[in-house]
Amino acid sequence: MKFYLEVWRQKGPESGGKLEHYEANNIPAEASFLEMLDIVNEDLTAKGIEPIQFDSDCREGICGNCSLTINGVPHGPGRGTTCQLYMRKFRDGQIITIEPFRADSFPVERDLVVNREAYDRIMQAGGFISERAGSAPDANSVPIPKVVADVAMDAAACIGCGACAAACPNGSAMLFVSAKVTHLGLLPQGKPENDRRVLSMVRQMDKEGFGNCSNYYACEAVCPAGIPASFIAGMNRAYSFASIKESVGIPL
Amino acid sequence: MTLDANIPAGPLDKKWTSFKNTAKLVNPANKRKFDIIIVGSGLAGAASAATLAEQGYKVKCFCYQDSPRRAHSIAAQGGINAAKNYQNDGDSVYRLFYDTIKGGDFRAREANVHRLAEISNQIIDQCVAQGVPFAREYGGLLDNRSFGGAQVSRTFYARGQTGQQLLLGTYSALSHQIALGNVEMFSKAEMMDLVVVDGHAKGIVVRDMTTGEITSHAGDAVLLCTGGYGNVFYLSTNARGCNVTATYRAYKRGALFANPCYTQIHPTCIPVSGEYQSKLTLMSESLRNDGRVWVPKRKEDCAKEPKDIPEDARDYYLERKYPSYGNLAPRDISSRSAKEVCDDGRGVGPGGLGVYLDFADAIKRLGKHVIEERYGNLFEMYHNITGEDAYERPMRIYPAVHYTMGGLWVDYNLMSNIPGLHVLGEANFSDHGANRLGASALMQGLADGYFVLPNTLGTYMASQFGKKVDASAPAFKEAVDSVKARVQKLISIKGTRSVDSFHRELGKIMWDKCGMARDKKGLEEALRKIPKLREEFWTNLKLLGSADGINMELERAGRVADFLEFGELMCLDALNRNESCGGHFRTEYQTPEGEALRDDENFDYVAAWKYEGDNTAPTLVKEPLVYEEVKLATRSYK
Repeated sequence: MKFYLEVWRQKGPESGGKLEHYEANNIPAEASFLEMLDIVNEDLTAKGIEPIQFDSDCREGICGNCSLTINGVPHGPGRGTTCQLYMRKFRDGQIITIEPFRADSFPVERDLVVNREAYDRIMQAGGFISERAGSAPDANSVPIPKVVADVAMDAAACIGCGACAAACPNGSAMLFVSAKVTHLGLLPQGKPENDRRVLSMVRQMDKEGFGNCSNYYACEAVCPAGIPASFIAGMNRAYSFASIKESVGIPL
Repeated sequence: MTLDANIPAGPLDKKWTSFKNTAKLVNPANKRKFDIIIVGSGLAGAASAATLAEQGYKVKCFCYQDSPRRAHSIAAQGGINAAKNYQNDGDSVYRLFYDTIKGGDFRAREANVHRLAEISNQIIDQCVAQGVPFAREYGGLLDNRSFGGAQVSRTFYARGQTGQQLLLGTYSALSHQIALGNVEMFSKAEMMDLVVVDGHAKGIVVRDMTTGEITSHAGDAVLLCTGGYGNVFYLSTNARGCNVTATYRAYKRGALFANPCYTQIHPTCIPVSGEYQSKLTLMSESLRNDGRVWVPKRKEDCAKEPKDIPEDARDYYLERKYPSYGNLAPRDISSRSAKEVCDDGRGVGPGGLGVYLDFADAIKRLGKHVIEERYGNLFEMYHNITGEDAYERPMRIYPAVHYTMGGLWVDYNLMSNIPGLHVLGEANFSDHGANRLGASALMQGLADGYFVLPNTLGTYMASQFGKKVDASAPAFKEAVDSVKARVQKLISIKGTRSVDSFHRELGKIMWDKCGMARDKKGLEEALRKIPKLREEFWTNLKLLGSADGINMELERAGRVADFLEFGELMCLDALNRNESCGGHFRTEYQTPEGEALRDDENFDYVAAWKYEGDNTAPTLVKEPLVYEEVKLATRSYK
């Protein structure tokens, strides 16, 4: 297959960037999108052009490292990560525009590589259950209904890739935050810290410059882990209750 | 040089307890004074970072990914073993211990494995307490499934994403400690060298992958939790970035590398489809619980659609050869059997390198929804990659490099022969012998990180009061300078071949000569080819761009340079081990039925290799394996 690529090239975080035109020749239909870029990079190297820098690691859709906006959509067509996108999904001869994830809170570091440390800092604000190794009771001492555990698992499946924020017109990270708030908040082990957790994580999210949700559902449409936007509603409710408690002075 | 594994005295099942009762402790006020450097943020790295920080140590944790949450532990699918016996099916700590020793083909250290089995239960408790959403039954209690090499159901799982959920648990705990200021996290920081001062590991040299800056960090102890070296084969189920650099650099600074030839070839991966391919994708072994493995009996049937091949023309070779374990035979045996039938010309799919994994019976027995519930995401993944629907047509699978049992040599305290240098998880050699059982890697990573190292580290730390070294020591400058020189050298070669082309060629040599089956002739050939390829690498590598700022080709070049040396060490070890055991199958040493033939008299030892200089053969140091409890037996799964 053959493709005409428009690829975002940017030297560093401070410099401006622009789309460069490259051709991708002799691409097997079974190749993944990233393997297509590997082939292009080999070509560029042979021609003495610095290869395109892009993030990827596990290449099986679970680490959340790959982060390309393809024809304007984070992770491109279909619902999966960039690494799980295969070239047979494209037409031979198609023009493909490749940009980094775009969100104010994800500064571009070089070419297609963005900095997503903001997500780590949101997790540090409260995405945990305070517990120390060695202090746990027997794992079966607290039964958890299967339906509850299953929803917690649905939420816990988030891979932290950042596509939600990149897709959102407001650059909101609420799908990401709500996934963690829902996962830990549903489990009996996580409940004691629910109020503190939701307040700190949402506040950190605001501090990082992410916007708020205004129900576009673009996040849900691109999420490779299938996190539903309804979690955001749940989080908003938890946040409201916690902030009311806080404002009337109930200790959290 | 002799190796002392420092195994505590006493009966096997009391060793760990008596160790803990008498282990040296460091009081909380003193822990604060110690800086611990941890390289890697996977299960072992993040768990130890969080736990040591909880205990009061000051921790610096480094990872090459852009976030600790992306470490490759995240990709483990199937599950984690524990001897809880929640199924009341006869499981016990002893059984888990014995299965693991036997699964490792009697090439692991007894005391370490028993400790692992003892700790396994605590791990599950710990994970549930931190919010890992394991699969549950309707009554609310934890569910289990069975895995290869065991006849009990002792595997805990979270859909097909167990590694992800366990890693996110450790990442949560780590994040908490970062927030409290007890851990300083360095992401996108790759360890380039180990700093040894007066014989003790006291620091590391790191390259900031964003700015290109090369700096050193001093600490009171160094923990390597840097995973395995499967990518020496180029194609493997490992993440693109997985590499041997951290452990290999430590080896070049004097740490012994143990059993490098023990590699695990996983039987259920999606077959290779072309030259361009950058990685192989694993289909969890848990699929073998319900899937039946087969190939056509006759070569002529291989091109037919599987549904057109009648039942009596199919060879369910695992069920035929190993009736009591059947499709759940251990990984090494299943992989070799797949190779055998494909070598016999009965493989299916492109190039005849594949076998069927068929769910038709299970779907008939349990219904499609049950299979979907158990393996839905795996079927989806398979469909996405191959374009085929495994509910309708059997999966095609083929073995691929997956895990490496070898690693840096460590004693019972998980300390290498360099005092202060501790090695955890897949990066060490200690628990899996010559073959690892499914669902045991997660167990070992977390055991080492949460419970073993936090109890054994005191032994070393208690001897280090008042011996603080800072980064102004000459050894630091020497190490930083040598790393800088090496990076410059890579940049300045200006040849004609890309990094990946070298890596691919090395991978092919390793897969052909040091893969699923090895022999003397092939290994000797590899030992001739690798140095030549290495020489070409250092004279003909084409690397564009500079060392400042993001340059992923430069990162890969450094890793491939190390693989090009390490591959030779692997072949050397494989050549030395004149026997077949576990994942190491030397075709010269097999039974008439084609099973691995061990030589306990001559090879019941850990082969630890000591670096003696570039282009000089390393020395072999042996740690004899002493079995007090277990009687060596021929491994049989018939």
